Amino acid sequence: MAALLESLLSQKVDIIKVVEWLKSAGDEDKLSISELGLTVHKEEFVPFLLNFLREQSSQALTHGPATPAKTPSRPRPASASGGNGTRAASRVQLFSPSFVPASRPSGSERRGGQRIMLGDYMVSPPDFQHRRGGHYIDETGGRRSVRGGEGYGRIIEQVSPPSVGQLNFNNLEEFPPVGSSPISPAASKPTRRINPTPVSAERPRSKPKTCFTSTPFSKPSSPLSGVVPLEGSMTGGSSLSLQEERELLKKEKTKRAQQVGSPQPSSLEPCTPTKTVLKTGSKVTPEQQTTCPEPSKVTFSLELDLLVELYSTCISENLVPNIFLELFFVMQLLTSRSPHTHDDEQESLCAAHSHSGVQPVHNCVYFAVKVLENQFQLVAHLDKCTLRLLAENERVASFSPHLRDLLTQAQDKSTAKVTELYLSTFIHSVPFQPDTDNRSNFSSDKAFHIFKKQRDIFYEVLREWEDFHKEPGWNFDTALGNRIRGMMSQMTSAGNHSHFARLFLKQLIQMCKGPRVNSTSGDAPDADLLGMLGAEGLGRLKRLEERLIQPHGVVGPCSPPSFPGYQEFFRDFLQAASCCQLNQHLQDSLCQQLLQLDEVSILSPPASICERDKEEEEEDGDMEQQKQRFSSVLLLARLLAKFLGFISFLPYQTSEKPSREIQDTAIALRSKSVPVLDVCAVLRNSIRRRHTILTVPWLVEFLSMLDFIGPRLLCYRTTLGTLLLFACRKLVLDRCEEMCYLNKLLMVSVLGWLFQIPVIPEDIFFTSEFTEVAKVEESDINVAGLDCIPLVDQQLLYTCCPFLGEFRKLLAAFVSGSTAKSGGIIRKITPTSAELKDTPAAHRSQQKLQVDLEQAFFHNQPPSLRRTVEFVAERVGSNAVKHMKATLVNELVGRGEKMLRDGLGSPNSNPSKLNDSICAQLCDAGLEALARATRFCCEKSPEAIRILLPHETSPTVLATSENITKRLATEKACSWLSANITGNYIAVGPRTDKELPTGSQLLTLLQKVGETLSCRKVRQRETSVIKLHRIY
Amino acid sequence: MMRLSRAEYKEIVRWTEKLRPTRRCMKILKDKFPSHSQSTLLSIFSLEYQKWIKRTFSRHHVPDVIESYYQRYLSEAKAQPTAPVLLELANEVDLSPALMARIILDRFLQGQDGGMPSKSVLNSMLKEPSLIPDQILASNVYQCTINDCCYGPLVDCIKHAIGHEHEVLLREKLKEKNLSFLDENHLRTMGYDKTPDIILEVPVAVEGHIVHWIESKASFGDDQSHQTYLNEQFWSYWNRFGPGLVIYWYGFIGELDCQRDRGILLKDCFPTDIVTLCHATQQDRSPESQNKDKE
Repeated sequence: MAALLESLLSQKVDIIKVVEWLKSAGDEDKLSISELGLTVHKEEFVPFLLNFLREQSSQALTHGPATPAKTPSRPRPASASGGNGTRAASRVQLFSPSFVPASRPSGSERRGGQRIMLGDYMVSPPDFQHRRGGHYIDETGGRRSVRGGEGYGRIIEQVSPPSVGQLNFNNLEEFPPVGSSPISPAASKPTRRINPTPVSAERPRSKPKTCFTSTPFSKPSSPLSGVVPLEGSMTGGSSLSLQEERELLKKEKTKRAQQVGSPQPSSLEPCTPTKTVLKTGSKVTPEQQTTCPEPSKVTFSLELDLLVELYSTCISENLVPNIFLELFFVMQLLTSRSPHTHDDEQESLCAAHSHSGVQPVHNCVYFAVKVLENQFQLVAHLDKCTLRLLAENERVASFSPHLRDLLTQAQDKSTAKVTELYLSTFIHSVPFQPDTDNRSNFSSDKAFHIFKKQRDIFYEVLREWEDFHKEPGWNFDTALGNRIRGMMSQMTSAGNHSHFARLFLKQLIQMCKGPRVNSTSGDAPDADLLGMLGAEGLGRLKRLEERLIQPHGVVGPCSPPSFPGYQEFFRDFLQAASCCQLNQHLQDSLCQQLLQLDEVSILSPPASICERDKEEEEEDGDMEQQKQRFSSVLLLARLLAKFLGFISFLPYQTSEKPSREIQDTAIALRSKSVPVLDVCAVLRNSIRRRHTILTVPWLVEFLSMLDFIGPRLLCYRTTLGTLLLFACRKLVLDRCEEMCYLNKLLMVSVLGWLFQIPVIPEDIFFTSEFTEVAKVEESDINVAGLDCIPLVDQQLLYTCCPFLGEFRKLLAAFVSGSTAKSGGIIRKITPTSAELKDTPAAHRSQQKLQVDLEQAFFHNQPPSLRRTVEFVAERVGSNAVKHMKATLVNELVGRGEKMLRDGLGSPNSNPSKLNDSICAQLCDAGLEALARATRFCCEKSPEAIRILLPHETSPTVLATSENITKRLATEKACSWLSANITGNYIAVGPRTDKELPTGSQLLTLLQKVGETLSCRKVRQRETSVIKLHRIY
Repeated sequence: MMRLSRAEYKEIVRWTEKLRPTRRCMKILKDKFPSHSQSTLLSIFSLEYQKWIKRTFSRHHVPDVIESYYQRYLSEAKAQPTAPVLLELANEVDLSPALMARIILDRFLQGQDGGMPSKSVLNSMLKEPSLIPDQILASNVYQCTINDCCYGPLVDCIKHAIGHEHEVLLREKLKEKNLSFLDENHLRTMGYDKTPDIILEVPVAVEGHIVHWIESKASFGDDQSHQTYLNEQFWSYWNRFGPGLVIYWYGFIGELDCQRDRGILLKDCFPTDIVTLCHATQQDRSPESQNKDKE
């Protein structure tokens, strides 16, 4: 291994050959280099390279969380590495003047304790087998090595890796109390202070309740704490004193720290992974004197370039377990700091290596910038804020102005906003539907009455949880456990499990199904607040809340599976209930719904997409709808799959990884029973039918709930292996194949995350044990599946992979670190009073209310009513567009053509003036389309609705349904028409009367009219009337 | 004005403690708090008096105490057959006259045939004293029930009528506003397990809050009754139909209206700020306004 690298670096082996080898598909696993007598396996070379890079850079990385790549812990035969690995590996010090951690200056050793492992990844050399995997700090505050610790050997003395005893968890500097700080409340002293300044209590026209700063965050009555009025503040308006508020903030912080830090009494600990968050929570505290990296001081640039090429190839070819982890590592290198001065000991060591004077940080940054350049396509898909931070990074600018320019350009294209706003916070009940819920659906009067009580108890428990779960010292099982178990035992006597399971799942879906960013749902937190801030503002408010109570730590892109928000309630409920009957009913139901979802989306969106080319031309609007539908199905499937996995593997969860013998016994036992879901078949089927973009993300959620033994069972082993092969073969980002880039990126990202979580065995990635049972069948070419449709956008990517936000945090931390002396990650927040915006806000809240009312209307109606309304609206809207195209637009184009001919025919015609006048006339007439389409929709919608709804529907319900259908249909038709016929300037506000359409806009309009009619794609922007002429 | 602050409410409660359920006392209360409506004051008094009776009733409802009341009644009634002796006895021992009448009648019937009289017989005799075999007792019971403004069949009847009246009133207001709804009876036939007075077929927004159902309460909403209603009715409605509105026609403690954001809105009258779905205006306007914009 090392020999190969050394030969490469010394240019004895041609880099092209190695890169070609890396790029070649799986069959040519071995690379033989006859000159050196080397045979190298890919699965050995890649981890070696990753570890080599980490080791080389270990000293420079004194910030941010550890980013150990999962590398196998199985010792390899020494012969495979071709001999003198150790020497070679330690000889070249590309980033760091010294790599032996023991030789660090004592001052930095303590801080570097966490980082040591980065350098401990050496794989192959036989006398250096001290690989220990990533060290996760677990909930007990101890350290456990998840990767097993064979071969600690003598290197332990030499390197003296930090042992439990050495770690001082009470040292706030070392382990700052980030939200997940594993320490006791005593250690939760805030390191970063936010001093709230008082907000003026007297604010005209605003009720005290809209002033979020006057409300303590621990206010229990609402999930969006901090937005809800205090009982007291309603009348008196006397807000809490600032001191009290700060106390509350402190309490809240403590509580959060406890929540994550304190071990749960339950033995099911490892399946509650929120508690085991890998948060080393590093704070960036730049040393007083840091070296400013300069391109001119880069040494070994040739060697670095080679490494960049090798490394980039590994990333591009999906040879690394998690591409975002690698990208994160690269960004850590970019933002690395190194002490300016070295003490004597180090100096001498450097001298011994004859590379003294190497300033590691120059090389780190050089390497990082090169890799970023190389991986620009990947980087460009990150969110806008991250791109901006990268573009503004002075190191990027000084090392590669070209990269900076590219990044600046990419910002404009990036649409992803990192919204940390979870779903809307107003809980909605599951409506009582006589069809499924009245007496006739129960076996006896008693069962019916018991269920009546159970519904009420369920919501009572939910409300209580909402109110108190953030209070310090509150414990789910203590507070609610007995009530829940009482309910379960009653349920058992009445046999109501299926009814309750349905209620439970519906409520789960209602509350946890994905962040609804556009908040069209009826469950808005507070109309006043929303009116004041708007949805965007509310998101910001939520983030502010988070920042006030939870300092951001950079966690790295490998957070373990978690149950955020309300999901926590449902998980805790199931654990407290521990009712096998309920779990069975839930499993049945979840399986059925999941498989249905998997089917549903095959049938509806792609079918209509494929036929669309001929049938409909409303691409933009339709595509947007398809994406929304897909995203909604995907998020739902992921939620259900996670809970299915949670329930299915709940019986097998253990807090510690069992010994090999226990594992073998368990495997033998469990392999006899049928798994809850035939994941292998689902995956294979999905690959064949090309809808992996839907299936893979939810399978990942399901598999992320596996217990320690699960991955070794044949069915899951096969699935994991297949996923792995699939990732390497089908998801290589740079290859332009049938799958869209963002589709692939989403899958690569979630798979990378899966391979990195603790229960998935570390050796999965670099062995054939998993892949030998797996096969990736070729997909059916005749099936036009989902995979080839660009369904994923940045928003969805970030929703499914919230850990991508870590890049932004890391870069932001660097910015604040390099400017602020205090070195806090976050700027200080000075709350100021919000001004109530005038009329626009009032108008917005009115509009919002209408939308809410519409949603509320559907809430208590049978689901079929909503489906009917949406279907009719969609069809009528589409028909309206077709009708307009066939009539008005047709006529308009004809008229335009005639005017053009007449105009050009007349003597001394001025083409450009003529153009303007025709455009103006046609544009006016084009607006007529909106009015006509509206009339069309208003006429046709009610007819259809009346025929389709049940005859017995009450007149009011019927009328309301008709009206909603009219509105939706009109909206659909008009948005398409105004986007495609009347040009951009009509739909986009705000406008003034003076703002007349410009010539070019009119031209665009004419083009659109022409395109629409002729259905011809006009690629180039027409510049003259002559071209217009050509179209017709 | 019927939405009282807790402080105002406590002030009224403090005063009621000195009063008995008589017309004269009601007058005193009214004069003391002229700005509050009579119904509100009466309702608050009634609730407080009931709480007080609940606390003290056990003192009276003991066999030997009952026996002593009965013996006193017998001897006094014998001495003054036309005087309201039972009413005076009730006032003397601080017990609601109607309850005193019930206790004595109960004891009387036991003496007649030895066994425990059935509840329905007892109730019917309280409702219709002429059914009581003893003339003097009948007139005494009658005097007790008509002079008690908090307990007794008459009060029950009045309460029921008032409750019904307000439900009718509510329905009329809704019809006036053209809001269609399903009432309790309708809902029961459909098999709902819990039924508010009104379910709106199309929800509305009141003061910015969505309302699916309306419950009418012809009483004052104090802490105790509101808490009971929340647990037994309002939350149950929320759990089935979503957010809704409670009208306490005789007012309530303002501080209790703290669950608005969670879907329970309190009002002391039929709301005026009602927003309905208004499609017609919207769709007529939108193309027009776009037309205007281009000009």
